[in-house]
Amino acid sequence: MIPAPAFLTNPERFMAFSRWAAPMFGAIAVVLAIVGLWLGWSAPPDYQQGATVRIMFIHVPAAIVCEVIYAFLAGASLLALVFRHMLADCAAQAAAPLGAGFTLLALITGSLWGRPMWGAWWVWDARLTSVLILFLLYIAYLALRASLDDEAKAARSAAILAMVGVVVLPIIHFSVYWWNSLHQGSSMFTKGALAPVYAWPLFAMLAAYLAAFGSLWLVRIRGEVWRRRAEAAALRMARA
Amino acid sequence: MSRLGALLARETALAWGRGGGPLVSVGFYAGVATLLPLAIGPEAERLAAVAPGAAWVALALASLLSLDRLFERDYEDGALDHLALSPVPLELTCAVKCAGQWLATGAPLALAAPVAAIALGAPLALTPLIFACALVGGLAFAFTGGIGAALSLGARRGGLLTAVIVLPLFVPPVIFGGGALAAFAGGLPWAPGLALLCAYGAAAVALGPLAMAAACRNALS
Amino acid sequence: MIERLELRGLGVRRGGRQLFSGLSLSLAAGEACALTGANGAGKTSLLRAVAGLVGLEAGEIAFGKLDATEARGAGLHLIGHQDGLKPARTTREELDFWSVWSGGTAASAEAAAKALDLTTLLDLEVRRLSAGQRRRLALARLLAAPRPLWLLDEPLSPLDAGWRSRFGTMMQAHLAGGGLILAAVHDPLPIAAKVLEIGA
Repeated sequence: MIPAPAFLTNPERFMAFSRWAAPMFGAIAVVLAIVGLWLGWSAPPDYQQGATVRIMFIHVPAAIVCEVIYAFLAGASLLALVFRHMLADCAAQAAAPLGAGFTLLALITGSLWGRPMWGAWWVWDARLTSVLILFLLYIAYLALRASLDDEAKAARSAAILAMVGVVVLPIIHFSVYWWNSLHQGSSMFTKGALAPVYAWPLFAMLAAYLAAFGSLWLVRIRGEVWRRRAEAAALRMARA
Repeated sequence: MSRLGALLARETALAWGRGGGPLVSVGFYAGVATLLPLAIGPEAERLAAVAPGAAWVALALASLLSLDRLFERDYEDGALDHLALSPVPLELTCAVKCAGQWLATGAPLALAAPVAAIALGAPLALTPLIFACALVGGLAFAFTGGIGAALSLGARRGGLLTAVIVLPLFVPPVIFGGGALAAFAGGLPWAPGLALLCAYGAAAVALGPLAMAAACRNALS
Repeated sequence: MIERLELRGLGVRRGGRQLFSGLSLSLAAGEACALTGANGAGKTSLLRAVAGLVGLEAGEIAFGKLDATEARGAGLHLIGHQDGLKPARTTREELDFWSVWSGGTAASAEAAAKALDLTTLLDLEVRRLSAGQRRRLALARLLAAPRPLWLLDEPLSPLDAGWRSRFGTMMQAHLAGGGLILAAVHDPLPIAAKVLEIGA
């Protein structure tokens, strides 16, 4: 067994932990977001892209976080499959809609960023295309989870899908970038080192998003745990 | 080994379905190849530009068609129970099922692909590469599709759900095969694309059955 | 060869419902046990749990000296409600395949066909068989590939009285040869058997 702290494995301890941790992460997220947005607003406009470069501070962290969330989803799914742990399954179920939400945010802001630059609402850029396929993976997970009536089977099936997804995801990334290099696709993201004046707001927003995800994730896991307890209690009452 | 041989013969025969299996797949394929010029106009240059790619995408979609027969029928009529209760590991059984599917529908589609591509205006020289990509790609699509088919056992709207699960997994082979075909048409080296396609196919054959067997066990429980 | 099938303190939970718990049974070679109980009580789940398809919430299953994986791979037959037969295939094709799959030979498949009066039906497609004939074809697996433990889920329901007693004779022969039978039934078995009620 992997040694794991009690507040993560024991449902009671987890509920106690998350009761104070979720608001704390939320507060950190708000503070970091304010800092990040202020830094982003006061950063000078890019000589190429003008003021619209500031969408980068919303878009890029979202694109990074949605991948991180998928890694968490796969990790929780692995724990749920191997140890059949209820909390791990709740964590996976809670993370999926959040991941889909951040992915959608990344796609929409990516589209908004491209519009002033290229005059098109969508660009088949390597990163955007990759994020779009990740969105499809999230949708597949949510769809699979929702369409099996037996909850336990649906959970395991979706967990297997998450594991397959996390193995195929690097291959998808590689293939999309390879495809982009073949066709010399447009790249709207400047490559090269990021100027420090842009780096700070970016990192601040990234940290804000991660903290926001942490807070929302804990809240959703709590909700899921309560929902299952309520259902179990209702079943017991119906049997009595 | 006679067990697996018998299983392969059975799966191929069932997927072949007295000719109905490949007929449906090739018919769908021909239908899509017909819709394309109807949609974008018959100008030869426009069609020829998209011909290899369109033929390739249509192949991926046609592979989706026969997926619901792969596991769902056996699951519904109780045969999957018997297939699972055997000294043969379920992973191997799933692999043989996918191989039978590929032999019965993937191979005929690989023969139809060059025909469709030429009808859409692809150069004749492209034909061997299209056939090779379709053959290897068909294997990748069969084994990856099998993962989706096994995961959606017992679900409502299983066919649609399988497609939703499987389309992101189809992205790499579509890119690699399409890249090889586009490179050939453009006079660039096509070998890297084909090599990557073969690599993905090999990975799908080696790893896909693990996920399929886990999904089948879950469905049977 | 399974000398003894032991079920100790089995508990199975499905769809959030506890079907049964603390169930124990000991079956020696040559013995049969009939599982009775209302519909949905868990008879099918118990059979599938012994076969290893359904997971146990509690308890353990022992197959004598045989390892559980070996027993489940080649030591038992599970004949469920459904036949596992493909409608478009002929009786001969299905019989031959399932015989080979279970480890039997062409000769044993033929003997099974003879014992179950399937010889005249061999060239017919499965979809043309009656319910009783399909059930006999499904049961042919038991005779085509001998395995010690028979797990039967309402095996006799589509069979008429004549075939029920004939199959009873086959079950008797199986027990005499050292086999074990665990059968879920609504009506009494045509052979002497222990009775275990599920969901009482």
